[in-house]
Parts: sequence; structure tokens; C-alpha cells
Amino acid sequence: MRRRTFNLEAYLFVAPPFAFFVLFIVYPLVRNALYSFTDFRLTNLHAAPFVGLDNYVRVLEDPVFWISIRNVLIYGAISVPGQIAIGFAIAFVLDRRIAGVRLFRTLYFIPVITSWVVASLIFKFIFTDRGLLNYVLSDVLHLTGEPISWLSTPLYAMIVLSLLGIWKGTGWVMVMYLAALQNVPKDLYEAAAMDGATVPQSVRYITLPAVREMTGFVQIMLIIGAFNVFTSVYLVTDGGPLNQTEVMLTWMYRQAFGHYDLGYASALSFLFAIPIGLLTWVRFRLTERSGT
Amino acid sequence: MRRIAIHTAMYVLLAVGALISLYPLLFMLSTSLQPMTVVFEYPPKLFAGALTWDNFEAAWASRDFSLYLVNSLFVTAASLFIIALLSSLLAFAYSRFEFAGKRASFAVLLGSLVIPGLTLVIPQFVMMHQLGLDDTFAGLITVYAAGAIPFTTFLLKGFFDSISREIDESIAIDGGSSWTMYWRMVLPLSKPAFVPAIIFNVLSIWEEFPWALTIISDPAKRTLPIALANFQGQYTTQWGVVFAGSLIAVVPIIAVFLLLQRFFVQGIMAGAVKG
Repeated sequence: MRRRTFNLEAYLFVAPPFAFFVLFIVYPLVRNALYSFTDFRLTNLHAAPFVGLDNYVRVLEDPVFWISIRNVLIYGAISVPGQIAIGFAIAFVLDRRIAGVRLFRTLYFIPVITSWVVASLIFKFIFTDRGLLNYVLSDVLHLTGEPISWLSTPLYAMIVLSLLGIWKGTGWVMVMYLAALQNVPKDLYEAAAMDGATVPQSVRYITLPAVREMTGFVQIMLIIGAFNVFTSVYLVTDGGPLNQTEVMLTWMYRQAFGHYDLGYASALSFLFAIPIGLLTWVRFRLTERSGT
Repeated sequence: MRRIAIHTAMYVLLAVGALISLYPLLFMLSTSLQPMTVVFEYPPKLFAGALTWDNFEAAWASRDFSLYLVNSLFVTAASLFIIALLSSLLAFAYSRFEFAGKRASFAVLLGSLVIPGLTLVIPQFVMMHQLGLDDTFAGLITVYAAGAIPFTTFLLKGFFDSISREIDESIAIDGGSSWTMYWRMVLPLSKPAFVPAIIFNVLSIWEEFPWALTIISDPAKRTLPIALANFQGQYTTQWGVVFAGSLIAVVPIIAVFLLLQRFFVQGIMAGAVKG
């Protein structure tokens, strides 16, 4: 039995936190939309001229915008399946009572809680021109004469960044699959083995269908993560050489705080927010339906 | 025989995977324990004869990492306090009251979860500039807290909803106010919901990079992530000190993780609903 007299009290509870949230999240969103129609720079904070759709037209004609989208797609195409395949394999092996399971689960999880900044610095040190990998390849194994420019060759650099993503994210995928695998009855495997099914067969016909919902969820989460990639690119290649490894968010950030072209960067951020927002919305629908 | 072979192969693979997971950290540790001169050398050596704490001393004292650690601790703790307070007030209201605008405001709250945080960086930066909060901890904390409210509220509301309403009735009959209900009953009963929520927020705030990079320019106000990033830019070759600093940033989190592992997994799983 709720009484109407509770209403005033309700607003006393709701108003302070909600006002705070609106002021610093919702209002900036509106401002961002408005900025994207102006030639807004740090020098004309209060008198930015209205330019209509000019910023959006510029975006479409901006070669780096398309490069940044291409790079996010490369990053996603490598890092998403990579994390899922490896994370699933580890979870599949660790979903049984063998000695050391807890230890392995702990070790595999450590990259997840290692910060992006630290992980990026380590990868940079390994793959930089005079870094560890080139040393091992040329001086130890004598496979290459000249050092390979991992980070200044755009495709290699995107692969290195994807590997960093895989290294960092696989432990999370493992945890997700471990949770899902708990619901797969173990006697199914025994029955399948009795009928002469091999391990790959039982993975394909028992395990994968049983964790299908989790796979869908993990996929969307990782794709959202791939669209949001920023820190690793900013620190490892900084979008270089010549903007060839720029991703969506680093390009937006550089326009805003490197070139102080805030109106243009707002237009970019709006366009970038659309696919990420849509994916997130789809994911909410999925989780609502499956009730997780 | 075949079983044993499969088992051995499995453990070898698991060990290789674990080595890959741990290798960067071990490598960081070994580099940071080497004398500066060795780290400067090309080819890089994995193990020099003599280990030294010089890099840690340099990072801690002359490079101010003790200060950055305190900054990070303060920013994280203050943000958490605000997040816990504001989110629990909101979650309580959504869980226990009926009021005009309830559904609409909750939809706005949840809807905001689809906005990638970094795309708001420009207007937030301009606002902080206008409020005179650029280059302050307050500017940093405000955005961290505001950004965390929707998801934390969502998490807490789910738990508050599961607390029996019969207790509400009995408190009301005893003349207790809603505040009593919130403060004396719902909050104390909800510790299990706060733990994963706090861990999730700690993980993201402790390592937050882009916003801190944007708003903090005074070197004395740097948090650990931007201190590390800046440091790497300034003295590219001093990897020993960079990695000593990295360990200072990462070790507290790993230590807490080893102690509270179960809750970490809960926090991460909870975070899965967000991203």
C-alpha cells in the first residue's frame, strides 16, 4: 500500500542525484549536438558562428574519418573472434575439476585488471623499433636482418593493437563462459562419449549450442568495446604514422584537443556515438529477453 | 596412456597461456629491477646480474609517484563516496516510491548508458572550464561520479527490490520515516550489492585515462594513469623507471584482487550489464 503523501518525500530522494546526473551527462549531450552545427573553437566560446551542416559535410570528405572507421573494423575483425575463440577454449578446459584450476583462473584473469595504460606501455616496449621482439627476431633467432617497423607499418600496427586487445580481454570472456558452462549438464558429455562422440564433436553439438546466448552477448559486448578503443591507440601509435592508425575516438580527440576544432570534433563524436549507441541498445534488448 | 598424454598436453598448453598472461608483468618487474644502464642498452637484456631498487626509488621519490598514488587514492575514494550516496538515494526512490515522472526519468537514466562516455568529453570540458573546475580534482570527480550514477543505480535498485516490503510496513507502523527506512534498513541490508558495485567502479576509475588527460594539466594533480603516460612521453628511454611506476599503479589492484577474488568476478559480471 503506497500512499500519495509519500510523493514529496520521493522528490527529496530523487531530485539531488537526478539533477546532478542531468547537469553533467544529459545537458552536455544536448550541448554537444548544438556545437556540431557551429564553428566552435576554444577562442570563441560564447560567439561560435552557426554553420549549419558544414561540419557534417566536412566529416564525409575527411579521408582520415574513413581511415579511422576502417581501422576500427580491422581491430574488431581480429580482436573480437580472437578473444572469443581463446576465451572459450580456456573456459572449456577450466570447467572441470582438475588440479590447479583455481590458480589458472586467477592467472588468466590478471590481464583484465591490468590497466590499459600499463598494458599499452608494455606492448609499446615489446614492439617498438628497438624493442624486445625485434631483438629476439634479429639478434637471437637471426630471422630478420633489419628491424621490422611493427608500429609504423599501419597494418602491422593494427595487428599489434588487436593483440593487445586480445591479451587484455580474453580473461573476461573466460569468466563469462565459465559462468555459462556451469549450466551445461556434465552427464551429457559422458553420454556422448559412450556413443562414440569425439571431443570436437561434443563441443560442436553440445557445448556451443548450450552457450549460444552467452556467445551472442559476449560478441556484442566486445564489438562495443572495439568501437570504444582509445587508450591503447593513443599511447602505442598515437594514430601515426600520418594518421594511418587513427581510430574513431582518437581522431575525434585529436580534432578537439590537438587542433582545437571543437565544432568539427562534436560532429565526429555524434557520428561515432550512433553505431555504439545502437549496438548498446540492441544488447539491452537481448539481455532483457534472456533475463540475465 | 592416452589419457595421460592428453592431460600432459592440456597442462602444457594451460601453462603456456598462463605465461602469456603473466609475461608482461614479469617482464615489467625484471626490467624495473635492473640498473638504468642495463635498461638503456641495446640489445635489451632479460636478466642482468645485479638487481636494484634504484628505479623504484627514482619513480617513488624524484618522479613523484608517491604523490600520484595519493592523488589516485583520493580521487577514487571521493568518487566512490559520491557514487554510493547519490546512486543509493535514487535506487531507493525508484524501488520504494510512486511519483509522477518515475518511468520517464528512469528511462532517461537507463538510456544514457548507451552513450559512449568519451563522446561527451568536449561539452564536459567546456562546462568545467566555465565553472572554473578545469585542472581540479573536483572537475575530475564530478564527471566520474555523474557517469557512474546510472549503472550503479540500476544495480542497487535490483537488490533493493528484493528486500521484503513487509519490513517497510512494520517500520511505517512504528512511526519510522522513509529516511529511517533508507538509512537504518535498506543500506545495512544491501552490503552484498554494494561490494560488486564498488569494485566495478574502482576498476574503472583507478585506470581512467582520457578524462584525466583532458582536464588535468598541473603535474602535481596527476593521477597514476596520466602520470605514467606523460612520463613515457617525456623520457622515452627510461623504461626501468616507467615500469617501476607501472607496478606502483598495478600492484594495489592485483593485491586487492587476490584477497577479494570472488567479489571481483561478481563486480566484473555486474559490469557486463554495462560495458
